[in-house]
Amino acid sequence: MIPAPFDYAAPMTLAEAFALLEEHGDEAKILAGGHSLIPMMKLRFASPEFLIDINNIPGLSYIKESDGYLRIGAMTREADLDHSGLIRSRYPIFTDASKLIADPQVRNMGTIGGNLAHGDAANDHPAVMLAMRAEVVISSSEGQRVVPIDEFFFGFYMTAVQPNEILTEIRIPVPPAHTGNAYHKLERKVGDYATAGVAVQLTVDGKGFCTHAGIGLTNVNPTPMRATRSEEALVGEKMTEEAIARAAQMAAEDCNPSDDLRGDEEYKRAMVGVLTKRMIHKALERARS
Amino acid sequence: MIQCKTSKEIGGMGHSIKRKEDARFIQGKGHYVDDIQLPGMLHMDIVRSPYAYAKIKSINAEAALKIPGVIAVVTGKDLEKYNLHWMPTLMSDTQMVLPTDTVMYQAQEVAAVIATDRYAARDGKEAVMVEYEPMKPVIDPHKSLDPNAPVLRTDKPGKTDNHIWHWEVGDKEATEKVFAGADVVVKEQMHIPRIHVASIETCGCVADYDKVNNHLTMYMTTQAPHAIRTVIALVAGHVGLTEEKVRVISPDIGGGFGGKVPVYPGYVIAIAVSFLVGKPVKWVEDRSENLQADSFARDYHITAEMAGTKDGKILATRFKVLADHGYTDASANPSKFPTGLFSIGTGSYDYGTAFMEADAVYTNKPPGGVAYRCSFRVTEAVHAIERMTDRFAFEVGKDPAQLRMENFIKKDQFPWKSPTGWEYDSGDYHAGLQKAMDAIDYDGLRKEQAEKRKRGELMGIGISTFTEIVGAGPSKDFDILGIKMFDSAEIRVHPTGKAIARFGTKSQGQGHETTYAQIIAEELGIPAEHIQIEEGDTDTAPYGLGTYASRSTPTAGAAAAVAARKLRDKARKIAAYLLEVSEEDLEWEPGKFSVKGAPEKSKTIQEIVFAAYTNHPQGMEAGFEATHYYDPPNLTFPSGAYICVVDLDKETGEIKVRRFVAIDDCGHIINPMIVQGQVHGGLTQGLAPAMYESLIYDEDGNILNGTFMDYLVPTAVESPSWETGHTVTPSPHHPIGAKGVGESPTVGAPPAIVNAIVDALSHLGVTHIDIPVTPFKVWKILKEKGVA
Repeated sequence: MIPAPFDYAAPMTLAEAFALLEEHGDEAKILAGGHSLIPMMKLRFASPEFLIDINNIPGLSYIKESDGYLRIGAMTREADLDHSGLIRSRYPIFTDASKLIADPQVRNMGTIGGNLAHGDAANDHPAVMLAMRAEVVISSSEGQRVVPIDEFFFGFYMTAVQPNEILTEIRIPVPPAHTGNAYHKLERKVGDYATAGVAVQLTVDGKGFCTHAGIGLTNVNPTPMRATRSEEALVGEKMTEEAIARAAQMAAEDCNPSDDLRGDEEYKRAMVGVLTKRMIHKALERARS
Repeated sequence: MIQCKTSKEIGGMGHSIKRKEDARFIQGKGHYVDDIQLPGMLHMDIVRSPYAYAKIKSINAEAALKIPGVIAVVTGKDLEKYNLHWMPTLMSDTQMVLPTDTVMYQAQEVAAVIATDRYAARDGKEAVMVEYEPMKPVIDPHKSLDPNAPVLRTDKPGKTDNHIWHWEVGDKEATEKVFAGADVVVKEQMHIPRIHVASIETCGCVADYDKVNNHLTMYMTTQAPHAIRTVIALVAGHVGLTEEKVRVISPDIGGGFGGKVPVYPGYVIAIAVSFLVGKPVKWVEDRSENLQADSFARDYHITAEMAGTKDGKILATRFKVLADHGYTDASANPSKFPTGLFSIGTGSYDYGTAFMEADAVYTNKPPGGVAYRCSFRVTEAVHAIERMTDRFAFEVGKDPAQLRMENFIKKDQFPWKSPTGWEYDSGDYHAGLQKAMDAIDYDGLRKEQAEKRKRGELMGIGISTFTEIVGAGPSKDFDILGIKMFDSAEIRVHPTGKAIARFGTKSQGQGHETTYAQIIAEELGIPAEHIQIEEGDTDTAPYGLGTYASRSTPTAGAAAAVAARKLRDKARKIAAYLLEVSEEDLEWEPGKFSVKGAPEKSKTIQEIVFAAYTNHPQGMEAGFEATHYYDPPNLTFPSGAYICVVDLDKETGEIKVRRFVAIDDCGHIINPMIVQGQVHGGLTQGLAPAMYESLIYDEDGNILNGTFMDYLVPTAVESPSWETGHTVTPSPHHPIGAKGVGESPTVGAPPAIVNAIVDALSHLGVTHIDIPVTPFKVWKILKEKGVA
């Protein structure tokens, strides 16, 4: 449990961090909460030569609503999300998710930016962000760019963040009225990665018809996955048991899980179906209350 | 209510006094092996095999030796020069310390890197280049005896197969006869999977050889320091390390559970290196090494059968075991018991015919198996009998609680001779089960279950009424490498009436510093807080076989009571002298002797002890010390009645343990709070294999869950709120009537949980599920039965 040798710097500004990134290129890794990176280093699955610790850079941790967006600074800890009044009252899906992420000690350190930038389909926030149609703000010495979440995840541990860039903010469109969202994952024990996880956000009109639907899936595809066909099947439909069952069935069919110790493909597909159904119901309940 | 004979101030038996050792533990002031720092200390890391079975073609240490701080890379060929490349196991098998040509399991030690700091050692390990020629391993024990299976132990001259030993007990013919004539015979195949103790502290040592004085001090995570010292002397005597030149110190231990009984290669390599370079060498495993390489527990494949009458009377049982020991038999059983005390598997039931047999085989997996919080294979035995009792109840259509009540050995049948040769000391099984049924409202639960079943909901109730067998053991039967399994206590009371007592056992968290003090307080009336307990240093403590198999209270606890009674006899003599009366005229109450009929004339134990040093009778030996080596006349037989209620999620297969009531009977209780703590921990370690833990290997012998990410140790979140209670049936042969409790819950919980899950599915025709029962397994069954 001892990592390979590495160098370390803790810049005080983003500009310094960008300069270090330019200097060290591919050999450098950003250290945020460290709760994905450090275990990989200790097991020597990852051996970056240079760590750029961005914990000392001010202004990267915040949760606020402005200009029609919920804006979350990349260095916001999971525990901060857990304890935020704004999140608890208006975005319960985050509370659903954050309490399923690892354990309290990890949540005190782990950051939402790190959770996304790690690019792991087993992490929980990616599915939540897909359901909420988030945008990711990526910064570099050349400025900022905004990437829709659907263009963020590329492959196993690969995201849109380039070697000279740092993920700095997550923006989520403030949902319209009568919107509800929910997340759940099946886990073998507390702190485990998901056997399967489903995030749902729905908006319904006064007559009970679905106007917007977002469904993200955890750990049942090589990359975090949007259940597009399920979303399309719900929008414009009255939210009947049949419509919900159909959407759930589609999510089960469309995901691409692989066999592992958590279960086989058949089980995981079935769980995606069960969880999609359950999360649609929970989101609907929240939309109506 | 537990009756206490002593006042709260004295704090003898029955008082829930706080644990004396916790003051340092909760302040982070415990002192573990990895806390030891010695001047000039070197660090060791171990290169391990990525293959389950391979020839070593070459080991190249060139790059490793170039890393600053790395001073040596030790291989099997280096140890071979000193004949230290092999070592005996506790079961008289042999095990490589480091291989000279072949590796036999994944994660086996291949070479050791010695460096001036821990980090350089780890980098050195990474840089050692080993060239292997992989071979097709034997992983499935069922295929191990196939005629075309490769013979693994080619080191054993003349070995022509992978069979280790055959064992049997009971009357085979009589059993066959009963089975042939029985109304009902039930049969199940069950696997008690390979698991790991996963103690929070891993294993490690600091070997400190002093060349000038030819003396080795070995700081070591061991549950049995004295036995280890003797083993070191037997193995390394030829290089000059005779027993008086070896001191083994077992400091604070962060959980043992049987995993710290064996000698692992790392210890031996550290000793060898320290011996050769004359400097202290520290070796501490990391978590993955501990999980992947150190001795496993269980791994019994059991064919279990029960025969009985159609109205539910058990007549006979027959168990056949295939034991997978991995590469070598590295069990930690008493020498004459290759299957440990598996023969306790006739259980709590009154029948006279049984036959059990076992065959052990070699495979390319890590060696074992240790007795994980279990008195030598009792967990496996209890699982088989308690599962089969439920299976039989289901077959004859009888409530499993009712069937147990009708088959229990009755209170007045003790001492009871079991068909496999044990003499159960005492028990009251009816009272225990009744108490558990009342506590959980058994009848109410059965009604609820019937209603839920009509609505299609899945709820189950499971019972386990087990008999344990602990306290090894009587010297006529029990030894380890020839050393009889007594244990010892030495009490020294200082002139001011304060005491130190030393023991041959070794606490790993059990609370010995408190419970032993309470036993002595009970017998001598000296307040427990004035009695300091020490264990684990072979230079100071009396010889004993250590702590495992719930043996400390039955053996060393008894030794403490007997030694204290010797001192009380001496105190009586001194009191008679001081009070100028005859010994017969004195009455004892905890803490003082007084003259019969004249209670104002008395001497406290403190006054008496002071006199032993200042004013003792002429002709009497001065001082106030006693030692006792206790050889138990029999084992003790704790029991328990556990009831578990589960609710299953029909769609996901998830299992919720809604309630779990555990009524234990461990005889007289020394500290109720500590016993309750033991039971809570033990139940959680019973929940673990029932629903979460097993070591899983693929067909090439690769471990698939070699970290805590996938080896699922349950936490407080997974644990139900345990509901505990007890009945008290003292052991008639034990000086304080205590029986031992540490392992009962680990042994008793798994069948209660599995019986509950099977009960929830029994109406679908399910009769058995192998542990661990996971949501995935349950869902597969529900899917197959058309429910999910």
